[in-house]
Amino acid sequence: MSAVKKIFVVEQLRRTQMSELLSRGIRLDGRGFSDARELSIETNVIEKAEGSARVKLGNTELIAGVKANLGTPFPDTPDKGLLVVSAEVLPLASPYAEPGPPDESTIELARVVDRGVRESGMIDVSKLVLVAGKHVYAVFVDVSILNVDGNLFDATSYAVVASLLTAKIPKYILDEKGLPVKTDEMVPLPIQTVPVSMTMARIGDHLLLDPTTEEEALMEARITFVSDDRGNICAGQKGMPGSLTTDMVLQAASTARLKGEETRLLIKRAVSNA
Amino acid sequence: MGKQGGDSTRLIDEQGLRLDGRKLDDLRPIKIEVGNLKNADGSAYIQFGKNKIMAAVYGPKEVHPKHSALPDRSVLRCRYHMSPFSTEERKNPAPSRREIEISKVIREALEPSLILEDYPRTAIDVFVEVLQSDGGSRCAGITAASVALADAGINMRDLVSACAAGKVAGQVVLDVDDTEDKEGQADLPIAIMPSTNQVTLLQLDGQLNNEEFNRAFDWALSGCKKVYQLQREALIGRYFGKNERPMEIEA
Repeated sequence: MSAVKKIFVVEQLRRTQMSELLSRGIRLDGRGFSDARELSIETNVIEKAEGSARVKLGNTELIAGVKANLGTPFPDTPDKGLLVVSAEVLPLASPYAEPGPPDESTIELARVVDRGVRESGMIDVSKLVLVAGKHVYAVFVDVSILNVDGNLFDATSYAVVASLLTAKIPKYILDEKGLPVKTDEMVPLPIQTVPVSMTMARIGDHLLLDPTTEEEALMEARITFVSDDRGNICAGQKGMPGSLTTDMVLQAASTARLKGEETRLLIKRAVSNA
Repeated sequence: MGKQGGDSTRLIDEQGLRLDGRKLDDLRPIKIEVGNLKNADGSAYIQFGKNKIMAAVYGPKEVHPKHSALPDRSVLRCRYHMSPFSTEERKNPAPSRREIEISKVIREALEPSLILEDYPRTAIDVFVEVLQSDGGSRCAGITAASVALADAGINMRDLVSACAAGKVAGQVVLDVDDTEDKEGQADLPIAIMPSTNQVTLLQLDGQLNNEEFNRAFDWALSGCKKVYQLQREALIGRYFGKNERPMEIEA
């Protein structure tokens, strides 16, 4: 009982302190409201994966790995390859993380990241087909979250995108009987655009880009927008049990587009050095 | 959500009419009934195009398991579920990842409207059962659930009204149906508290440029306001209407 009370008091103090600082335009770590934390991306860190990336966004740290094989297409999309994104918050990632099947937040995370990659058309899935209706490439991107310090949505998205950009998957051909055979040739994925995710937390009247765990603990609502390199918005998600004004939504969309461009350059530079 | 391309031109004809004859900014027919489930503390049934959705509220009630109770407020819980017969192909009745995500965003869309501090140490359960699905079942589900919460007498700041806009055959449209959702280019479901214009749900699948996004957002907001009028009428009809049953008084 006392523990509950203590947390409550500390939370109130933090909330008061943070809103006082925010009203003066200051974030706890000194960033501006529309500044993201330092992003570092290292690619090809797992040799056995077809593509991989280790991303650090501030103290949030994770690894994405790509595995690809041949599979059967969904009946309603016989002429498209498969692309599946999933994520797991490992129990070593935070004192609050526990082993077990993914909870609703992790499912939401994976689905929103997947939506950004899919809806941007980053991978031209129509080119991942060997025999329509029968044999298509199935590309799996799995993300292991190693350290949680806020904004898993963007960090996960950057890792997935960087690993797909650098992935080389085994090429399959058909033998004389028309059966698929794996070759030694490794080919890059058919990339069309580089989607960039931008997440903001609403605390009071302020929208903070790239929130830390400390800021997330106090946020009332969260909004994510993913933009492509033509400036289209291609995925979005509001989260958390609070609301946003319509102006905040429009502001978030425009910040996502503008700031996304900066991060897109960082990602492209990181993968070209690989 | 479909990709660009495909045979999407036929979704809108030369007169600017959609497959079901609607104009670009028309809603599908909507019908809301209040209080048809006797056991629930509050309930609502909505037909939104071909969507047929039942929403029920149980609570405020004792929380099980007890440790999930909160000392200063009620715990809102939400389950969105699709019946196996609600879709073209039979849907596996086990909750899918999609349903888990939608349950979460529906809960988060309803929560800002409720004064949960009025019911400490209790739980409020909201069940949204999709009996037949068409496009936009999450919006219709939120709309029905908010009416069911009002029917249950849960203290609230406002109703929550939901509606989607999208992009079909290169044009922004209001209220995307099933075919348009599958073959269209974008879907932007939103929910608002209409009195204050606060956005409580927003999701986007598909590509919209700046201008399209602004127009779709604007249209979806006006769609929500039309839905709000129907929610109000349904509640007024239930509690004050001439031909309705008198309000049941609990012992």
